[in-house]
Amino acid sequence: MSDETTKKKKKAAINDKVWLLISLCAALIVWYLLSLGKATGRSFPFVHKVLPAVGTMNERGVFWKDIQSSMLCVAAGFGLGFITALPIAFLMAWYTPVQKIIEPWINFIRNIPALAYAPLLVITFGVGQKPAIILIWICTFMTMSITIYQGIKNIDVTLIKAARVLGANDFDIFMKIICPATVPFIITAIRLGLSAALTTLLAAESTGAQAGIGMRIRSLSNSFESAPMLMYIILLGIIGLILVKVIDIIERKLTGWQEKIS
Amino acid sequence: MAGEDKLVKLKIDNVYKEYQGRNGKTVALNGVNLDIMENEFICVVGPSGCGKSTLLNIIAGLLEPTSGAAYLDGKQIEGTGVERGVVFQQYALFPWRTVIKNVMFGLEMKKTPKEEAEKIARKYIEAVGLKGFENAYPKELSGGMKQRVAIARAYAANPEVLLLDEPFGALDAQTRVQLQTELLNTWEQEKKTCFFITHDVDEAIILAQRVIIMSARPGRIKRIVNIDIPYPRTQETKSDARFLELKAEIWNEVYQEFLEVKK
Ligand SMILES: Nc1ncnc2c1ncn2[C@@H]1O[C@H](COP(=O)(O)OP(=O)(O)O)[C@@H](O)[C@H]1O
Ligand SMILES: [Mg+2]
Repeated sequence: MSDETTKKKKKAAINDKVWLLISLCAALIVWYLLSLGKATGRSFPFVHKVLPAVGTMNERGVFWKDIQSSMLCVAAGFGLGFITALPIAFLMAWYTPVQKIIEPWINFIRNIPALAYAPLLVITFGVGQKPAIILIWICTFMTMSITIYQGIKNIDVTLIKAARVLGANDFDIFMKIICPATVPFIITAIRLGLSAALTTLLAAESTGAQAGIGMRIRSLSNSFESAPMLMYIILLGIIGLILVKVIDIIERKLTGWQEKIS
Repeated sequence: MAGEDKLVKLKIDNVYKEYQGRNGKTVALNGVNLDIMENEFICVVGPSGCGKSTLLNIIAGLLEPTSGAAYLDGKQIEGTGVERGVVFQQYALFPWRTVIKNVMFGLEMKKTPKEEAEKIARKYIEAVGLKGFENAYPKELSGGMKQRVAIARAYAANPEVLLLDEPFGALDAQTRVQLQTELLNTWEQEKKTCFFITHDVDEAIILAQRVIIMSARPGRIKRIVNIDIPYPRTQETKSDARFLELKAEIWNEVYQEFLEVKK
C-alpha cells in the first residue's frame, strides 16, 4: 500500500470518528429536549438521573445479577442455536428433502413474534432460565440456519470444478473449498443470530425469570421507575454495540480476502 | 513439426451429448470425432452455444457424454484427472488463498512436500511474470494477472493436457495479446497438448497447429484447418500473407455458422 492511500484512509477514519461524536451529541440534545417536556420528561429523565441508577440497582443487589443472568441466556441460547444451525444448514444444502421439509417450517415460525409462543414453552419447561434459553435457541437457530444454508447454496461451482480438476476428492472439496467459502456467511449468520438473541431477550425473560435485563425492565415498569428502566435499555444497546464490534474484528481477521462491493 | 509417427494423445469418438432442460432436451454435441496428437496445439472456434465448452468439459471429465466416449492415451476418460488441467474463462481462483497458495493447490492435493511445492509454485509464478505477487490475494489483482495465476496453477500441477475455455475472453486487447505470446512461449518450452477454445479467429491462428471449426447447434466439427505457419510466431505474423489468407478462410466458415445461429 502506498503512503498516499494510507493517509487517505487515516483521514477517512478521523472523519468517521468526528461524525460519530456529532451523532452522539445530537442524540444527547434530543434526549435533553425530551427530558424537558412535561409528558416526555416522565419517560426520559436526563443523564444525571439515569447514570446514578446504576448505583441504585447495584445497592439493591441486582445490577450484576441481571447482566449475568441475561448474558448466560444469550450465550447459552446463541451457542445452542449456532451448533445446531451449522449442521442443519449443511444438511439442507446437501439433501434437498431436508431443505424442502425444514425451510417452510422456519419461514412459518420466523414471522411469529417470540413473545407469542413463549408461554407454551413455560407450560412444558416450567419457569426460569430453561425456557428463556430454549426460546433464544429457537430464534437464533432459525436465522442462522437459513443464512448459512443460502451461503452454501451460493458457492461458485466453478471453484469446486477447479479444485476437482486439480485432484481434490470430496473430503478436500469440503475442507478446502466449501468451508472457507462459507466463512463469510457464517459470520453474517453470527451477526444476525446475536441480534436475534438480544431482541428476543425480553420475550425470553417473560417466562418467569428470577433476574435479567429484560425481566428487570418489565418489573421496573410496574413501579414506574423510568430512570433505571432507561438505564437498562441503554445498557442493552451498549451490549449490542460491543458484540457488533467484536464480530467486526473477527470478520476482518477471517475474511480479509473477500472482495467488497463498496 | 511434422512427424508421421506422432501419437494420438486424445481421441474423441462419436461423442453425443444432450442436456435435459426445463423445456425439453437440447442436443449440444451431435457426433463429434477428433484425434488430437501428443504435444499438439489445437484451437476450437465456433458460434456461441455450439457446444465448445461441453466438449471441453467432457474431455476434462466434468461432464459425461450421453453416448460415445473420449480417450486419453487409449484409456476411456471417466471423471477428472490431474493429467488434464483446466483454465476457466472466469479464472476460478480461490479468493481466500494467496497467489502462491493458489498455485500450490494441485501440489497440495498430490501431497508434495511443502518446500518442494513452494519451489515449483515460485518457478511458475515467475514464468507468468508475477514475481513479487506471491502473497497477494486475488482481489488485489487485475483480470490479466488473475488469469496468469490460473495458468500457473494449471501448469504447476504438471498436466499432460491443458484445456483452456476462452481463457482470454474477458481481457482487454493488449493484455490478451501479451498473454497469447506468453502462452506460446511456455508451450514451446514445455510442450503439452493444448486444447484451446476461443471465439477470436486471430487468436486461433496465432496459437494453433490446427484450427477446429464447429458448426452451429447441434455442434459438430465442420472443418479442420491446418495452420502451416512455422513457430515461433509473433504478433508480426498477423500481417503475414499466409496468415491473412487463413484468416479470411476461417472467418468465412465461422461467419456462415453465425448466420445459421441467427436463423
Ligand atoms: N447445463 C446445461 N443444461 C441445459 N443446456 C445446456 C447446459 N449447458 C449448456 N447447455 C446448452 O448446450 C449448448 C452448448 O453449450 P456450450 O457447450 O456452453 O456452448 P459454447 O461453449 O460453444 O458456447 C447451448 O445451447 C447451451 O444452451
Ligand atoms: Mg463456452
